[in-house]
Amino acid sequence: MLNANGLSCERGDRQLFAGLSLALEAGGLARLLGANGSGKTSLLRILAGLTRPAAGEVRWRGERIGDLAEEYGRELAYIGHAPALKDELTVAENLAFAARLAGIVASGAQLEAALEVLGMATRAALPARVLSQGQKRRVSLARLALPGAPALWLLDEPFAALDEDGIGRVRALTEAHLARGGMLVLTSHQDVPVAAGSIQTVTLGA
Amino acid sequence: MFSNFFSFASPQAFYPVAGRMIPWFGWSAALLALAGLYIGFFVAPTDATQGESYRIIFIHVPAAWMSMFIYLVMALWAGLGLVLNTRLSGMMASALAPTGAMFTFVALWSGALWGKPTWGTYWVWDARLTSELILLFLYLGYMALKEAIEDPQRADRAGAILALVGVVNIPIIYFSVQWWNTLHQGASVSLTKAPSMAMTMLAGMLVMALAAWMYAIAVSLARVRAIILERERGRDMAWVRSMVNA
Amino acid sequence: MTAAFAAVLRRDLLVALRRKGDALNVLIFFVIVASLFPLGTGAEPGQLRTMAAGVIWVGALLAALLSLPRLFAADLADGTLEQMLVSAQPLPAVVAAKVAAHWLSTGLPLALIAPVLGLQYGLPSDALLVLLGAVLLGTPVLSLVGAAGAALTLGVRGAGVLTGLLVLPLCVPALVFGAGALTASLSGLAPGPHLSLLGALLAVSLPLGLWAACAALRVALD
Repeated sequence: MLNANGLSCERGDRQLFAGLSLALEAGGLARLLGANGSGKTSLLRILAGLTRPAAGEVRWRGERIGDLAEEYGRELAYIGHAPALKDELTVAENLAFAARLAGIVASGAQLEAALEVLGMATRAALPARVLSQGQKRRVSLARLALPGAPALWLLDEPFAALDEDGIGRVRALTEAHLARGGMLVLTSHQDVPVAAGSIQTVTLGA
Repeated sequence: MFSNFFSFASPQAFYPVAGRMIPWFGWSAALLALAGLYIGFFVAPTDATQGESYRIIFIHVPAAWMSMFIYLVMALWAGLGLVLNTRLSGMMASALAPTGAMFTFVALWSGALWGKPTWGTYWVWDARLTSELILLFLYLGYMALKEAIEDPQRADRAGAILALVGVVNIPIIYFSVQWWNTLHQGASVSLTKAPSMAMTMLAGMLVMALAAWMYAIAVSLARVRAIILERERGRDMAWVRSMVNA
Repeated sequence: MTAAFAAVLRRDLLVALRRKGDALNVLIFFVIVASLFPLGTGAEPGQLRTMAAGVIWVGALLAALLSLPRLFAADLADGTLEQMLVSAQPLPAVVAAKVAAHWLSTGLPLALIAPVLGLQYGLPSDALLVLLGAVLLGTPVLSLVGAAGAALTLGVRGAGVLTGLLVLPLCVPALVFGAGALTASLSGLAPGPHLSLLGALLAVSLPLGLWAACAALRVALD
C-alpha cells in the first residue's frame, strides 16, 4: 500500500539519509529510530508529502503521492511535533476543525467520545491556551479516535510529553488501528511496545 | 521525461562550458561597446533640438531595453526551474537579477541626467521613468527575498514564484502607470521618442544594445560559475574541490 | 471543497473575533496615518481635497500590510499550516478561505472607515460613495497580493519589512485605479472606468494570488 523507494534527503549541505526504502501493508507498523537530527521527522514529512525527497519517490496504492494530492490527504493522518491547536479556540472547536480538515463531519457526541478515548472529555470547553503540553498532545491525537479515521497514520513522537495513563491510551488506540488493518509509521524515543501483525524497524543515521 | 532531457545541463557539466564561453561574450561586448560609442559620439549628427545632450540615449535606451528583457529571461529560467526542477535554472535566475537591476539603475540614472538639460529637472514623473522605477523595486524585492532565505533550493523556488508573479504584473503596472500619467497630465515629452531619428543614431543604439546583451551574458555566466562553486561546495564532489584549489 | 472553505473561514473569523485587538489596531493605525498628513502639509481645504485619494489609499495599503504577518505565521507556529497542507481538502480552497477571512477582518473595516476619513478631507458626499466602492473593490486585491507576499516570506528573518518590499510595488495598479476613481469623481469625470479596471484587477489577482500563495506555502514548509 505505502511504498517508498530509494529516498534520500538533504538539509542544507548535509545529507541525512540516502537510498532508503520502506514498504507497508495493511496492519503493518514501521518504527523509525535514530538519534536527534538523524532525519526521522524529515522522513515522516517526506512520507506525508510535505517535503520533497532529493531522490526517490513515495507511492500510495501504486500511485505517486504528488499526483494524488488531497486524495492522499483523505487517507492520511499526519501528526507532527506541533499540536496544531489554536490557543483562542476551545478543545472541542479545535477537534471539530481538525476533523473538518481531514474531511470528517463529526457530531458533538462523536467529538466528545473521541476526546473521552484520550481522557480529555471533561476539558472540552476549555480554551486550548490553558492546556499543558501533554494535554495538547492528547487533543491533537484525539482526531485519530473519530469514526472514519484514515488508513495511514504518520505520528511523530506520539508518546512525547504524555504520562503513563496517556501512553496507555495512545498505545491502545494505535493497536486497535493496526488490528483493524490500518497502517502506522511512528518515530519514538521511548521504547513503547506496540503490538502489530508485522513490525519493521528503520534505523537512521547508522 | 522532460527532466531527463534537461538533466544533462547539470551544474557540473555547465561549469566548464560557461568558462569557455565567457571570454567570447566578454570580448564581443567590449568591441561592440567601442564601436557603438564611436558611432554615438563621433558619427551620429548633433540633434537639431536637443544639441549634444541627446547622445545619452546611446546608454539610456539600450539599458532600458535590457532591464525589461532580463526580467523576462529571469522569469523564464525561474519558471523552467519550478516546472522541471532543474538546479541550474534557479542559479541562472539568481545570476541574472543583479545585472537586470544594474541596467534598470543605469536607465534611471541616465534618464535623470538627460532630463536635467532637456527639461531642467532631474526627475519627471514620466510613465516610462516611473515604470522603470517600479521595475527596479521588483528587482530589489526579488534579490532581497533570495538573500533572506537561507536554503538555496528553497530560495530558488520562492524567487521563481515571485518572478512569475512579477512578470504577469509588469504589463498591468505599465498600463496603470500610463493611465495614471494621462489622468494627471504629467510630462508630455517622452524620453525614448527622439524626434526624427537619423539612421546613424539608430545604428549606434542597436550596436550598443548588442554590446549590453553580450555584457549581460558574460557577467551572468561568470556569476553563475561563482554560484555553482558556492552551492556545490557542501556536496561530496571532488570536482568542486579541485576547482577551488586550482 | 465549499465545506472546507466554510470551515476555515469560520475558524479564522472566530479566532479574529476572540483577538479583536489585532484588527482594531490596524484600523487605528489607518486613522492615525490619515490624520497626520494635514498636520504635515497644512489644512488648506482645496489642497486637502486633491491629496485625499492618495493619502487614504497609501494609508490603507500600509495598514493592510501591517496585518499580513498574522495571516500565516500563527498557523505555521502552532502546526495548523502543516495540517492544512496534508489535509483532505484542496489547498487553494483553504488559502482562499484564509484570504477571505483576512479581508473580512481587515479590508472590510478599512473600507467602512475610509469615508469617515474622507470627511476629514472635506470630500463631497458623492465622492465618499466612490471612495467606499473603490476601497471595497481594492482591498481584496491587497489581501490577495498580500497573501502571496506573506506566504513567500514565511519563516524568513525580517519577514515584515521584506513583505512590504515585495507587496507594495505589486500594489501600484490598485493604488492608481483606486485613487484615480476618487480623483476622477472630484474633477467631475465618471469614476466608472476606474472602478471597472479595479474589478478587472481583482479578477486577475484572484487566481494569480491564490496560485502564488499556495505554491509559496508548499515551498515554505518543504
